[in-house]
Amino acid sequence: MKFTWFNLMPWPYLPDHFREKNHSVWVDIDSKLFDPVKSHEVYNTYLDLLEYAAGLGFDAIGANEHHQNGYGLMPSPNLIAAALARRTEDIALLVLGASIALYNPPLRVAEEFAMLDCITGGRLVAGFPVGTSMDTNYCYGQIPALTREKYREAHELIMRAWHEREPFAFNGRYTKLRYVNIWPRPIQQPHPPIHIPGGGSIETYDFCIDNTYSYSYLSFTGYLRAKALMDGYWERVAQRHADSSPFRAGFAQTICVAETDAEAERLYSEHVSYFYNRCLHVYPGFADAPGYRTIKTIQKGALSQYAPPMGFQNLTWKDLVEGGHIIAGSPETVRQRMEDLIRGLHVGHVFCLLHVGNMPKEKCIYSTNLFAERVMPKLRATFASEFSDYANDGRFWCKPLENRVRPGSLPASVDLGELAAKEA
Amino acid sequence: MELKTIQTRRVPVRYYEGGSGQALVYLHGAGGPDLDIGFLGALAEKYHVYAPLHPGYGDSEECAELRDMIDFTLHSWDVVDALGLRDPILVGFSMGGMIASEMAAVAPHDVSRLALIAPVGLWLDEHPLPDVFSMLPFELPKYLFHDEAMGAKAIGANIELSDPAFLQTFLVRNARQLGAAGKILFPIPERGLASRLYRIRAKTLLIWGESDRLVPPVYARAFQSSLLRADVVMIPEAGHMVAFEKTAEVSAAIHAAYSN
Repeated sequence: MKFTWFNLMPWPYLPDHFREKNHSVWVDIDSKLFDPVKSHEVYNTYLDLLEYAAGLGFDAIGANEHHQNGYGLMPSPNLIAAALARRTEDIALLVLGASIALYNPPLRVAEEFAMLDCITGGRLVAGFPVGTSMDTNYCYGQIPALTREKYREAHELIMRAWHEREPFAFNGRYTKLRYVNIWPRPIQQPHPPIHIPGGGSIETYDFCIDNTYSYSYLSFTGYLRAKALMDGYWERVAQRHADSSPFRAGFAQTICVAETDAEAERLYSEHVSYFYNRCLHVYPGFADAPGYRTIKTIQKGALSQYAPPMGFQNLTWKDLVEGGHIIAGSPETVRQRMEDLIRGLHVGHVFCLLHVGNMPKEKCIYSTNLFAERVMPKLRATFASEFSDYANDGRFWCKPLENRVRPGSLPASVDLGELAAKEA
Repeated sequence: MELKTIQTRRVPVRYYEGGSGQALVYLHGAGGPDLDIGFLGALAEKYHVYAPLHPGYGDSEECAELRDMIDFTLHSWDVVDALGLRDPILVGFSMGGMIASEMAAVAPHDVSRLALIAPVGLWLDEHPLPDVFSMLPFELPKYLFHDEAMGAKAIGANIELSDPAFLQTFLVRNARQLGAAGKILFPIPERGLASRLYRIRAKTLLIWGESDRLVPPVYARAFQSSLLRADVVMIPEAGHMVAFEKTAEVSAAIHAAYSN
């Protein structure tokens, strides 16, 4: 199993009655709600939490990309990853990911991921999302019906830039470059492992299978409802005669751990409610620009995660826990639920959303520790045997250099005489 | 009006045909031709009307190869050519007006009569157009109609989106139609037309609803000032869907302009 500690980095100061009084948490959110001075502490606390989790035995810490919103404060995931690159030593950095259709030229992603891979000594796990419709179409102005074509072309360009060793010309419809010849190049050759966040389209299943990328799914309605979608993925994997390595798939799940189930509710209920009522208050008109989703995908019933027609607002703690939207409770409850999730969805990667909504750092540390000490080791043991056929499946994870430099290892002073002697 | 199909180089195109007289080609707006049928009937009393559906609209086949303004423009010329028409009266509404303007700008000698009904295609920073792509059905009437209540009923604005089967049909239709329209209208319905309007030689008629809140009448003046010869007909008590709300007045204005 690979466990990634993840924080969406929500803005924790959305006011009470945000849902009633504001149009949307995304795209046209009231900019006056953002306080740059407060954000200084928010960002540094969130980065501290990521670094803290890095010391607890997780396999990776993660960042993602969203724009103009109070749901997640990472318009540039690579800046977050760069900050973490120098403050962590052994843990993988998972960027899930950079929205490749939004960069001009998309080669920028090939370069930045290469930089991160070089700086971290090969600890990068990369991701290429299409991006939500709010981000990609409404915030960044991409034409919905052309977004996927542009994404595919960006992917082709990045892959060629990573694979080819001579300068080449790239004559794309959306990007034309006479000389493609990236410097630097990634340590992991030909490129870091790739994870693709998907929303249930068969085209994305095939894209992952064809390229040996891991398919990852994020669902705010939780693992129980995700089953149908992930079953569809695994059916497609079987149809295409690919192996059924659990590392071909990942799932993001909100997790809250306390000593008892009752304590979990007492500690975390308000923060979960903050997330569902404020952070997910996306105006439905922004959730799915016409043309963003393919007809086939709509016909399969895979609709936007962000503004379901029935909304999230009326769900109680009990609804959220019993419905599997969140996994919360004592270490034993969480362990059982996580086993159901991992087994039910057959996923080798879990992106653990252990910070939720406006949760203060103390509670986040408490919950993260309980998960790391009393849940994760048991899950590792269970699935080491259940997934033993693929124990050595390295296709979807990073391969760091064995001898990596330690950041900040300069000597306090230098003696040029010694240097001269050494050089002689 | 009869719904027929004609083959063009790229895609079979569905079109309404009816009436007799001089040929008139009508290009519909981003919302599709549903509310235009009455107006087409009124035009067909005087003209031989052809109203092609843009690929993806109604039951017509989509066309992924149409990506940008020049594709849309030349495709529309392909349709006119396939119909065997020479210098028809060219009428376009909203998005259709944008396409018709481009057609007349790229081939100024092939269009002598151009009627633009509340066309898009220009952008005035001091009068930004609302974003129709992010609107839910219940929000549309106030932008589209002078009489909002009547308009809401006409477009079924109060539909129940929580019914999953209905929602799916609605989303598929939107993805096909507005998805296609978005290629020239998203995120801002402007693709450089302002710099090409000077090429249009047609006698141009600009028809606008006085209470148009989607493309406010100030845009009529913007078009007029860039065109060689254009008259404005401003129709009271009508919104963006002026030909639906004031069918007789709009068809009479076209007839008056081009009846020689």
